[in-house]
Amino acid sequence: MNNRVVITGLGIWGCLGKNLDEVKESLYTGKSGIGMDMERKAWGYRSGLTGIVEAPQLKGLLDRRARVGLSEEAEYAYMATIEAMKNAKMDMDWVEKNEVGILYGNDSSAKAVSEAIDTIRAKKDTTLLGSGSIFQSMNCTVTMNLSTIFKLKGINFTISAACASGSHSIGLGYLMIKWGLQKHIICGGAQEVNPFAFGSFDGLSAFSIRENDPTKASRPFDRDRDGLVPSGGAATVILEDYESAVKRGAPILAEVIGYGFSSNGDHISNSNVDGQVRSLNMALDGAGIKAADIDYINAHATSTPGGDRTEAQAIDMVFGETRPLVSSTKSMTGHECWMAGASEIVYSMLMMQNNFVAPNINFENPDEASAKLNIATKTTEKNIDVFLSNSFGFGGTNSSLIIKKIK
Amino acid sequence: MTQEEIISKINEFLVEEFEVDAEKIIATSNLRETLDLDSLDYVDLVVIIESNFGFKVVAEDFINIHTFQDFYDYVNRKVAEKATA
Repeated sequence: MNNRVVITGLGIWGCLGKNLDEVKESLYTGKSGIGMDMERKAWGYRSGLTGIVEAPQLKGLLDRRARVGLSEEAEYAYMATIEAMKNAKMDMDWVEKNEVGILYGNDSSAKAVSEAIDTIRAKKDTTLLGSGSIFQSMNCTVTMNLSTIFKLKGINFTISAACASGSHSIGLGYLMIKWGLQKHIICGGAQEVNPFAFGSFDGLSAFSIRENDPTKASRPFDRDRDGLVPSGGAATVILEDYESAVKRGAPILAEVIGYGFSSNGDHISNSNVDGQVRSLNMALDGAGIKAADIDYINAHATSTPGGDRTEAQAIDMVFGETRPLVSSTKSMTGHECWMAGASEIVYSMLMMQNNFVAPNINFENPDEASAKLNIATKTTEKNIDVFLSNSFGFGGTNSSLIIKKIK
Repeated sequence: MTQEEIISKINEFLVEEFEVDAEKIIATSNLRETLDLDSLDYVDLVVIIESNFGFKVVAEDFINIHTFQDFYDYVNRKVAEKATA
């Protein structure tokens, strides 16, 4: 089987906005979603910088039984998914009568786990955790809850692959549909945003400490970058096989044409040019296109000194002759971690649909590696026919997705 | 805490937490059917009782609680026992 795989729905809830329209506006104007969380400073964090994400109000949208099992990141995922299902024209009646799956990226539920342990220690009684704790605490909190809420009957599991989780969820969804195993899959990525989630990451001195100027702190590829800014929310990307999507009258937004993946086989936290190049080339080969066909690259670049340098080198190795426009939307969002691979498909899709490339804000001076890239320093009006999105994670997991406009 | 205060507090958290219409809470009505309780909901009921009245319900106690009045009487009795302990 070699089915064509198309995107029919998008949804987003994050620090750039609570829906596609708000996020499109933020991307176009280069608005940062970064601020300070003083609670983190009280907890002993090196950095209190974070993406600022509003909590959804679910009372009235969902009944009590559905709400109590939702972790913070599952709440974001619910909001992103109802937006995506609405614009994919998937109503509950249709979903109940068809085999719709879910593959979502998530790699922690630290708040739910930590609060449960605190309660057990204080009360010495596990019953007092309540019925929702288990469903909030597991890594598959998003897929187990959303599959129940939306009565999904297809493939159903969570992808945990560090900061490439969201991207691999779309990649695996793509393969499942391409190979004829599924027709409709809700893909995406979710990331909690709270002091429980990021302490160990902060402890590695991986975060920017430019606290006096939060909106300038995330500066991927810039010479003076000093670390990433943690962030989160959720993004949903609905994939379907082309024939089924046409048959049910779904909006066809774009086509997924390539998924490359690799493992570095190297250091647990340091990135690696060879692994990234293999992922990029696999995506291009699978798509059956050349480097010159890529109009825009949404880089993984998180604003860490080492990671950005490695990615700049990898992009230069593969795209050095054609030099497509590159930007890291993490300059505005911070690093959305488990969500990032999915949200950056949503951001790039919004650019493709609206003919612009969002700026890599705070890119003021290149270093030796980034000087070789064609980085979009300001919003650039541009027709995008094909884009590529990179996601790389701890443990050396790499993912590259290629999306093409439907004409 | 008087019996009236206990009943008022119970009705308040049932409306708030279990989202039941206040007018459906009738002393002689069946608690499980009115609130549409499943096994998971009973766990949450234990948590709410503990946080509101400071005692832990053991699962077996629910066996003899059928109506809202049974529930009020049970909580009232346990609160009284706690006060005299």
